[in-house]
Amino acid sequence: MPVITYREAIKSAMAEEMERDDRVVVMGEDIGLYGGTHLVTDGLLDRFGPKRVMDTPIAEGGFTGAAIGMAMAGMRPIVEMMTWNFSFQAADQIIQNAAKIRYFSGGQASVPLVIRGPNGGGVQLSAQHTHSLEGFYGHFPGLKVVAPATPYDAHGMMIEAIRDPDPVLILEAGALYGTKGDVPEEEYTVPFGKSRIAREGTDITLIGYGRQVNLLLKTAEKLASNEGVDAEVIDLRSIRPFDTETIVDSVKKTNRAVVIEEQWRWFSVASEVAAHLQEHAFDYLDAPVERVSGAEVPAPYARNLEIAAFPGEDDIIDAVNRVLYRRS
Amino acid sequence: MSTVIMPKMGDGMEEGTLLRWLKSVGDQVDAGDPIAEIETDKVALEIEAAESGYLIQTLVDEGQTVPIGTAIAQIGAEGEAPTADAPAADTPPAEAPAAEVAAEPEAPVAEPVAASAPAAAPAATPAPAAPVRAEGEKLRASPLVKRLAAEHDIDLSGIPGTGPGGRIVKDDLAPYLTGARPKPAPAAAPAETAPPAAPAPLAASADGGARPAGVPREQSRIRKTTAKRMVEAKQVIPHFYVVSEVDMTEARAFREMINGEIEEKGSKVSFNDLVVKAAALALRDYPNLNASLEGDQLYDHQNIDINIAVAIENGLIAPFLPDTDKLSLGTIARMTKDLAGRAREGGLLPEEYQGGTFTISNLGMYDVSEFVAIINPPQAAILAIGSIAEVPVFKDGEVVPAYKMKITLSADHRISDGAEAALFLQTVKGYLEKPLRLVL
Repeated sequence: MPVITYREAIKSAMAEEMERDDRVVVMGEDIGLYGGTHLVTDGLLDRFGPKRVMDTPIAEGGFTGAAIGMAMAGMRPIVEMMTWNFSFQAADQIIQNAAKIRYFSGGQASVPLVIRGPNGGGVQLSAQHTHSLEGFYGHFPGLKVVAPATPYDAHGMMIEAIRDPDPVLILEAGALYGTKGDVPEEEYTVPFGKSRIAREGTDITLIGYGRQVNLLLKTAEKLASNEGVDAEVIDLRSIRPFDTETIVDSVKKTNRAVVIEEQWRWFSVASEVAAHLQEHAFDYLDAPVERVSGAEVPAPYARNLEIAAFPGEDDIIDAVNRVLYRRS
Repeated sequence: MSTVIMPKMGDGMEEGTLLRWLKSVGDQVDAGDPIAEIETDKVALEIEAAESGYLIQTLVDEGQTVPIGTAIAQIGAEGEAPTADAPAADTPPAEAPAAEVAAEPEAPVAEPVAASAPAAAPAATPAPAAPVRAEGEKLRASPLVKRLAAEHDIDLSGIPGTGPGGRIVKDDLAPYLTGARPKPAPAAAPAETAPPAAPAPLAASADGGARPAGVPREQSRIRKTTAKRMVEAKQVIPHFYVVSEVDMTEARAFREMINGEIEEKGSKVSFNDLVVKAAALALRDYPNLNASLEGDQLYDHQNIDINIAVAIENGLIAPFLPDTDKLSLGTIARMTKDLAGRAREGGLLPEEYQGGTFTISNLGMYDVSEFVAIINPPQAAILAIGSIAEVPVFKDGEVVPAYKMKITLSADHRISDGAEAALFLQTVKGYLEKPLRLVL
């Protein structure tokens, strides 16, 4: 099985679908001639030409609105947000139109639109360019929101998103574009609403998504070798639709959970996970579900502060010790 | 000054009755001296003094029933003034539980059931029978612990919590959740399915007048416990039944032969002993029927410990024979007589009836042709033994007399199926029809 980067996994998924279906077009800022700020679309212009790989003005509201119209008219547009931070400019289009047109039209129109781009921080881009928007977009019915953590999932979820009849937001882990993993050559999709057990364990369930999954796996190994704690790691993959069953089954086994996220805790994915667990696994919980989240401040620029503001290994280990009733 | 409390003698025990004081106020007592006799819902027991001194005060009258952990007496120096009332909570937990009762039935079992209990968890601490919470202090337990306690019928009030604010967490409960021997109080024995109440007399309304109302009668504690467990067992367990007829002709001759060799009356082998041995050997081949189901968790048992239902006044109790399959017929006979005798006198120790992996209930002595029994939870099955009857049978075209006995297995359909139950019965039958195999 070929080993490719997360970036290549997304690009090859888009290219495969563009080959298969000529309604699929790509649009965004600097994605054509320049190849994309993160080189995710590099080479697509040469391969598919300017009618299908469109450089747009710096106007997210405008080109997202255009893409929604194209989707309603039968196209399958993929919009790149240079980063998800800029989607605030397009939030009105995404929330007010993309999410609602199927409902407004009584099902007569739909918006088969994909919006993708890097989400989250960790690379010193400071407060205005460091947002994790899964809780924000996950809030709105009518949007599907996914956050792949591996090249395999990035590829399979991209194809699933392009074929989906409704708007799908792919929150890519920007920090992971260069990470490598197995991606089969044969066609496959990764269905939405199904989490992945990234590591099996018996003592505690660690839940995350996006780049935090790698941090959880690393921490789980450390817990196993240093603390004798066998942690199960669950990669949520999909924020909406949400897979309650996998996390509930895991907690029924381990009786304990720690949820990790880079975003702020208030009204966040971790809060939602904790709520699902207390609703569906209450009688199996031996300790309150702990959330490990970003510091409640606009993201700092200084490297030392940025590191301190995001969840790290020590934060997770502290939470694990609390949930296991161990003195850390 | 030390306080003597009403000890907790089993997981299901919530209160105990003080039958009588064996020492009077002012008497000198040595540590280990029996000072009172109590009755739980299972047995009568003696409470021993935890330390030497003088009985300063008794706080409970004979016949009085009090919750476990209640202070019942004080032991101190000669002439020491009793403290007005000895609140149980003042008793240091470390002191109280240990010595009150010679055999601490709650002694934690080595392996916690929950396989996932992290290694670094606090070591299993012996269960103190003493109150572990100050009066008025709210009992805190994690949702998991509350559910497990309900499923296993564990009283949380005597269990200390190591979590924040004294919360009882899974690790604290681990010693009480046992897979094998001392089991969380399944002790109340299986009850036979009682025959329906006598039909209303035909003459009931002959005079057209109202009949006198029934007279309310308080049930004994043993009866109440039995009732509770039987309702649980019959409501929760999907029972199914398989009946087999065993030819006991050979077994009769075999029994007469071996008993002819036994001088001592107490060692004579009964038909029940033969059945017990046969079932124990058959369980080796059908270990699934020797399993137990607690909540959703199935447990296999290395040991085959057969409980024998013994009728006692107002109820039933089912002490077990440890490693029954490894015992000789003579040992089974002696142990069974001893256990049954002490059961009737209320003299069984909790560890003699708390546990067991399979139950046999025998009504053969009462001239019943057959009956079905209720499973003794959390066990998988129970075997009901009917009387041996002389009946005519066809043998090689001739009608000849034979001695037949019907045995009925009740099994938990969540654990086992009909075919397995039938094969098990066939194996039991095989042993009884060729009884020499019982001593091989």
